[in-house]
Amino acid sequence: MVESAPLWAVFVLPLALALVASAAATVDVRSTGAGREVLRLLVKQRRIMRAADVPLVRLGTTLLPVAAILAAVVLPFGFRSVSDLPDGIVWFNAMEALAWAAVWLTGWGPNSTLSLVGGYRFLAQGLAYELPHMLAITTAALGAESLRVGAVVDAQAGLWFAVWMPAAFGIYLLSALAMAFWGPFDQPVGADAAGGAAVELSGVDRLLFLGGRWLLLVVAAAFAVPLFLGGGHGPLLPGWAWTALKTGAVLGLLLWLRRRMPTVRMERYVELAWVILTPLAVAQALVVAVVVLGR
Amino acid sequence: MTTVAFWVLAVLAVASGVMVLRFDSMARATFSLLTALLCVGGELIVLGLDYLGIVTVLMMTIEMAIMAVFMIMFMMNPAGLMPMTMVHNKRGAAVICALSFVLLLVGILLAPWPRRSGRPPADPTMDLGMSLMGPQMLTMMTLGMALFATIVATVVLSTRRGRYDRFGDDLRAARPEDPVRGGVGR
Repeated sequence: MVESAPLWAVFVLPLALALVASAAATVDVRSTGAGREVLRLLVKQRRIMRAADVPLVRLGTTLLPVAAILAAVVLPFGFRSVSDLPDGIVWFNAMEALAWAAVWLTGWGPNSTLSLVGGYRFLAQGLAYELPHMLAITTAALGAESLRVGAVVDAQAGLWFAVWMPAAFGIYLLSALAMAFWGPFDQPVGADAAGGAAVELSGVDRLLFLGGRWLLLVVAAAFAVPLFLGGGHGPLLPGWAWTALKTGAVLGLLLWLRRRMPTVRMERYVELAWVILTPLAVAQALVVAVVVLGR
Repeated sequence: MTTVAFWVLAVLAVASGVMVLRFDSMARATFSLLTALLCVGGELIVLGLDYLGIVTVLMMTIEMAIMAVFMIMFMMNPAGLMPMTMVHNKRGAAVICALSFVLLLVGILLAPWPRRSGRPPADPTMDLGMSLMGPQMLTMMTLGMALFATIVATVVLSTRRGRYDRFGDDLRAARPEDPVRGGVGR
């Protein structure tokens, strides 16, 4: 059973997430690391476009990391999470949806065509990944017969969900990439639109936005562990070590995928999502539902 | 604590609801409306209906994000660079609003509200769901399928390109001819 962490965990959570994100960024660029870039952005002056809607830009860039941290509240580390809400899975989904608003606002606010294109691209991407994504996480909840993340972890004490719901797991990994507009799904901040939604951001705004994207990537990767990879369950090592190991493995896979895969054009992914992934996710949910009914 | 949360959320919801009509930018109005709706979701959580509250947050965020696209698409002056107002027919709207406010207020004050009997249930969401559609579950599911079929049928009927455009007049083409290349099977 997942227990509630002590109160100080509320303050440790954002720090821990930022640390993991910065470590992942360091591994990813394989050079000076994220530290220098963070310092550079912190001291850099913010540039503001003519007739920009400044409050909306600020809201968008701030909302992205906030949404990632709020989503991480239900994330169990070992067998402890900041809050094991009874509807944790829906909470996670609701908080990641705030990223839709955040990226669109960041694209809209600066009064720039290219950033607007990026913002709209993220909404198109969101519509393509969200439906299979929702079905995939619902399948995990169905397998555990509970929306509580702790119960989903408990249900995998014997067999990981990734083993008998591989389709849902695969779809979750794809949507984790899309959620953080990362790797093959980086069209919203694509180079062909001069950096898309992030093009006009500089200084702290840019740090919050791109840092928030790293946080989202870490949270999305880490959530695959309690959903499909048995959470803290595993032999020999304590729960927290297993969580850290599995999260590192998923994160490593996502970082590697970006290097291997070219950017996917959204109109192609939309078709794939509707014609293949959504029916596949429904079929997977049906299989799990039949197994659960037969238990 | 609960009372404070209730009032803070309530005031915020009403304030951002008012701002929807005060802003002269479509984007600001949209996200002001989203703030109001998120506060309503928060109120549901405060009332103990966790699931409904979180689902409200989820649905409203996605819905308002999509809504922003469509509203701005159809606005002449979306960014508020020129004065724009969300209110049309100001005098009529004010009269209608005042009347409905008075009507609701009178209703609230005069209605014979029942006193609470018994204790609140352990899972209010479950009880609410059961009392809303427990016996009518089959009806609700049939209705859901009918609605979904309607949506699909509407899209199929309204699309300009049909299968004869894609696969030729005798439907014999090996590959569909689509304006956008790529995707599944091409």
